[in-house]
Amino acid sequence: MGKTLVEKILGEHVGHDVRPNEFAGVRVDLAYVQDGTGPLTVRQLEKIGLEKLYDPQRSLVFLDHASPSPRQELSNDHKLLRDFCRKTNAIISDIGNGISHNVVSERYARPGDVIVGADSHTCTNGAMCAFATGMGSTDIAVAMALGHTWMRVPESWKVIVTGMFQKGVYAKDFMLYLIGTIEADGATYKALEFSGFAIDSLSMTGRFTIANMAVECGAKAGLFNSDEATAQFLDEQGRADDFKPISADSDADYEKILEFDAGTLEPMIACPHFVDNVQPIGSVEPVGVDQVFIGTSTNGRLEDFRTAAAILKGRKVAGGTRLLITPGSRKVLLDGMADGTFQTLAEAGGVITGPGCGACVGVHEGVLGDGEVCLSTQNRNFKGRMGNPKASLYLASPATAAATAVNGTITDPREFI
Amino acid sequence: METLTGKAWKFGDGISTDHIAPGRLFHLRSNLPELAKHVLEDARSEFASQVQQGDFVIGGRNFGQGSSREHAPTIIKMAGVSAVIAKSFARIFFRNCINVGLPALILDTDGINEGDRLELALLTGELKNLTRNETYTFPPLPPLMANILSDGGLVEHIKKHKDFKLD
Repeated sequence: MGKTLVEKILGEHVGHDVRPNEFAGVRVDLAYVQDGTGPLTVRQLEKIGLEKLYDPQRSLVFLDHASPSPRQELSNDHKLLRDFCRKTNAIISDIGNGISHNVVSERYARPGDVIVGADSHTCTNGAMCAFATGMGSTDIAVAMALGHTWMRVPESWKVIVTGMFQKGVYAKDFMLYLIGTIEADGATYKALEFSGFAIDSLSMTGRFTIANMAVECGAKAGLFNSDEATAQFLDEQGRADDFKPISADSDADYEKILEFDAGTLEPMIACPHFVDNVQPIGSVEPVGVDQVFIGTSTNGRLEDFRTAAAILKGRKVAGGTRLLITPGSRKVLLDGMADGTFQTLAEAGGVITGPGCGACVGVHEGVLGDGEVCLSTQNRNFKGRMGNPKASLYLASPATAAATAVNGTITDPREFI
Repeated sequence: METLTGKAWKFGDGISTDHIAPGRLFHLRSNLPELAKHVLEDARSEFASQVQQGDFVIGGRNFGQGSSREHAPTIIKMAGVSAVIAKSFARIFFRNCINVGLPALILDTDGINEGDRLELALLTGELKNLTRNETYTFPPLPPLMANILSDGGLVEHIKKHKDFKLD
C-alpha cells in the first residue's frame, strides 16, 4: 500500500509508519506565533517554567496583526514579544516584514516539514508540501520548548481538479466553490490533498490561496505535491537547496475522493456572514460596496496585485468606494514597487498600506462603520471580523475585487478581461 | 472529578471565535478579566452579564469555528461555564478547550432547551437533564486529551509529566 502526503511527512516526524486516527508524538521543524496569540504563549511558558526553547532559530515571532501598533495595550504586547525574543534568541519578524504565513513561505518552509503556528491559517504552507497546521498559544508554547507536539493523524481526502480555469476564474473561486459545496465543517479533522491538471498548472500563488482556506472547511491541513512550481518558487527566494520533490503515491489509501472540473467554474462570492454562504457571481445582487480590500495571507502576493492592477490600469476607483491594498510581505512590496504594480494601484485611487494583515482582523487600517459593506480577498467574513458586527463582508478573488472597486458595486471581473 | 450543575444557554450553528472573543477587542487579549466581560457578546449580548457559575454553553454545528485564539475558550471558562456541549466542534477550538481545562462534549443538543437544568458527571460520561428528566451519554475523550483535562489543562499536564503523556 502506498502512502498519502500526510503519511509520508508525519511518518518521518514520528519515527515510524503512521496510519489515520493514530495518536502520535510528532517532531516539529518550525513553530511560530503572532502578536495576537504570542503574548499568551510567552505567559504560558513562564507558568510551566520552561524558559529555554528547543531550537530558538526555528521558533518565530511575527508582529503582523496590529502592525504598527494602533494603541498602547498592543504596543505593550509587542514589547513583551520583542523582550521574549531577546531573552530566548527566538527570531522576531517585526512590523513591516509581513504576514507570518507569507514570510514563512518565502524564508523558512521546506517541502516535507512539519510546521505548527498559533494562527488558524498556518495551513497556508501546505502549498509548500509541508504538514502545516494551526493550534492554540499553549500548544505552540510546548512545541517551542520541547521541539515536538502530539497529533491525531488525520484521514486524507484526495481533491482532484481537472480541466483549466476559464479567464477571470482563479484558485480563490475554486476554493470558495469547494467550501460552499462541502460547507464550513465538511472536512473537519481531515487533511485535503490537492492534485489534478488544474492544480498541477497552478502557480504557487494559487496554491497558497487554496491551502490557506483549507481551515475554512474544517480541515487540519491542505497539501500539495512538491514539484516544478515549488522548485521555482524556492529558487526565486534564493533557497533552491531547500527543494525536495515529494508526491503522494498513486496507490495511497484515501478516505474520500472529490473531483471537480475547473473549466465549469465561474467567479464565486462568499456572502455575509459565513464563508460557506457561496454563490456564483451571476446570482449575487450587485450590492454597493463602501470598501474593497486586497491583501492577506489568502491573496496578498505579487501575482494577486498584478491581476488587480491589470484591471485597474487607466481606471479609477468609483466615487464613494475605498480601495485598500496591503502587501503580504516586504518582498511583495519591494517587487511590486519595482515593477510598477503598486504605482498603478495608487494611481487608480488605492490606499497602499505597509505589509501585514491590514484590515482583515478588524484591529486597524480599515475598520468598517455601521451598516457598511466590504468586499475583501481575505478568508473569513464572520460577523464582526473586520471590527464591526454591524457591517457586512463579501469574499472574492483579487480580480473580482478590482472590478468591484471600479464599479463601486459587486462586479463580474470578466467585464474587464 | 465533581458533578457540575447549571442551566443551559442555547446558541445556534457556526458560533465563531469572533462571536466569542471579537476581533475589535483584540487589544484586551492581555487583559483576560476585561475580555471575559464581553464573552459571546456578538452572539447573545446578555450572556456575559447574566451567566451564572456552573452554567452550560449549548451549541449546534461547528462550534468555535475560525481563529486559533485560545482566549475564546479561556474566557468561556473564566465566565464560570461548566462545559461547552455541541453537535460538533471546530478542530482548533476543541483542542484549545481541553488545553485550558474546559470540558467540550459532543452530543446531539436538539433535546436541550434554553434554561434547562443540567448535571454533568464527567467521570461516568453522563449528562442529566434535570428539567426533562432525561440522561444523555457522550463519547469519551481520547486518553491523552482525557489526561490533559483531568490534570486541569496543558500547562498543568506538562508541569506534572514534563511531556505529553500519550497513553
